[in-house]
Amino acid sequence: MNVGRFMSRFVTRYPGWSRLAVVVLFFALWEILARFWIDKMFLSPPSRVYGEIGKVFATKGVPEALGVTFFELGVAFAFAVMIGLALGLAIGLNSFARRSFMPIVLLLYGIPQITILPLFILYFGIGAPSKIAFGVTHGVFPIVLTLVAGVQNLKPVLMTSARSMGASRWHILRYVLFPHMVPSLFAGMRLGMAGVLLGVLLAELYVSISGIGHFTSMFTQAFDPTRLLGLISILAAMAIALNEIVRRAEAHFSKWRA
Amino acid sequence: MTARGVVAARRQTRWRSGLAQIVFLLAVVILWWLAANRWGASPLLLPKPQLVFFELVDILRSGEFWPDLLLTLGEAAAAFAISATLGLATGFFVSVSPALVKVFEPLLAAVNAVPIILFLPLYILFFGLGAPSKIALGATIGFFPIALNTIAGFSSVDRLYVRSARSMGASPAKLVRHVLVPGALPIVLTGLRMGFTVTLLSIIGSETIASLAGLGHQIVNLAEAMEMPRMFAYIVFVIVIAATLNAIVTRFEKRAAARR
Repeated sequence: MNVGRFMSRFVTRYPGWSRLAVVVLFFALWEILARFWIDKMFLSPPSRVYGEIGKVFATKGVPEALGVTFFELGVAFAFAVMIGLALGLAIGLNSFARRSFMPIVLLLYGIPQITILPLFILYFGIGAPSKIAFGVTHGVFPIVLTLVAGVQNLKPVLMTSARSMGASRWHILRYVLFPHMVPSLFAGMRLGMAGVLLGVLLAELYVSISGIGHFTSMFTQAFDPTRLLGLISILAAMAIALNEIVRRAEAHFSKWRA
Repeated sequence: MTARGVVAARRQTRWRSGLAQIVFLLAVVILWWLAANRWGASPLLLPKPQLVFFELVDILRSGEFWPDLLLTLGEAAAAFAISATLGLATGFFVSVSPALVKVFEPLLAAVNAVPIILFLPLYILFFGLGAPSKIALGATIGFFPIALNTIAGFSSVDRLYVRSARSMGASPAKLVRHVLVPGALPIVLTGLRMGFTVTLLSIIGSETIASLAGLGHQIVNLAEAMEMPRMFAYIVFVIVIAATLNAIVTRFEKRAAARR
């Protein structure tokens, strides 16, 4: 049996293990490169990053900064969902509103928001409010768009049959519209979370006094890749966890449809 | 409704939505004018629209935007060239076997879920403050949507077409040329468009965060110098440039997909 065929059979049978093997291979390659070839001013091997993650937490102010960033993410996400829900319903439930305001929403969504980041700092200061505001404007559009699309997809026959069976306005809202809306709301929330993460982190990296942006630039200027990578890994783990929570919630709440 | 009636109704809707956009833009400008000129908004927070307009005219007439514009566009072009080449190649070779798709697609999707902008400080440490760090970041961020959509595109080609082309004696090259590429094209093009958009955004973004030159850098410089009218003018300029580029790419995508 030749090696190629054995590999392909293994990969087909155990995709999970193969995936793990790829990840392990990646980290091994990184370890070797960083240990023997690349200047340690620029890149640290993963073993060292992992070993010194305690030192990142021990750096004065880092736990607080992570707390601040987490707080910014949470508040921005909450605002984005509330505003997105209100706007999405207001636009989606009324066909006239949809026709006149959707183009405007799309127009605004098309603006590269990063160009107005200095304005956010100017209006909201360099503290948490500007990060929250920038996160909200990034997160709110995907929520509005998916919600409008979701409400719009409601089959008219469902509405008609509910009405013909004598459902009141409230009943239609509670038993037809709401269950139908939930999956698209959660889909929007998943995309909105990605937007909030992007907005808050962009603003943090741009200028920061108490959040993690302060420390990323500090570690960069100190040519300390070990701690920089440690901090980035912590943040990436935080982002993955937040994404996963919303993704699970989406899968859970759209189960009834399948 | 007749076909002609549908077309007419659609045209009317489009006309109305166009009107709504114009009315909205006008309302924004009028409110802005009133706030800055009549209601006494601080000129540091909200410069007068007429001043912004004069600054914009001055920027366009003096041509001082050219070095920054060319740098930003050059970075975007280089980053997109890298991300498109690597993304298409990776996507194609992964999509060759369903087993590879099963292994790599979730990995790529998982990395794509991380906000890659986080790695910007690392890129700056690695490549410095100049253009290389922007190109590298833009290429990384653009890579994932292109690779993922290429995989999705080639996987979406109906196996029946592949089998029937093979049974009719198509060579691998012909199979790729006449069956796989046309079948995958729409989704691959969507990936390329998404890749281009995020590449451009991340280039401007990383210029804003830390750079030596470029359009994003110019905006930040003016913000720090408190030259508000000129900064607003530059923001308008960059938004128009980005919107134009996105419109061109979208049109290109639609046309290429329609010609198939």
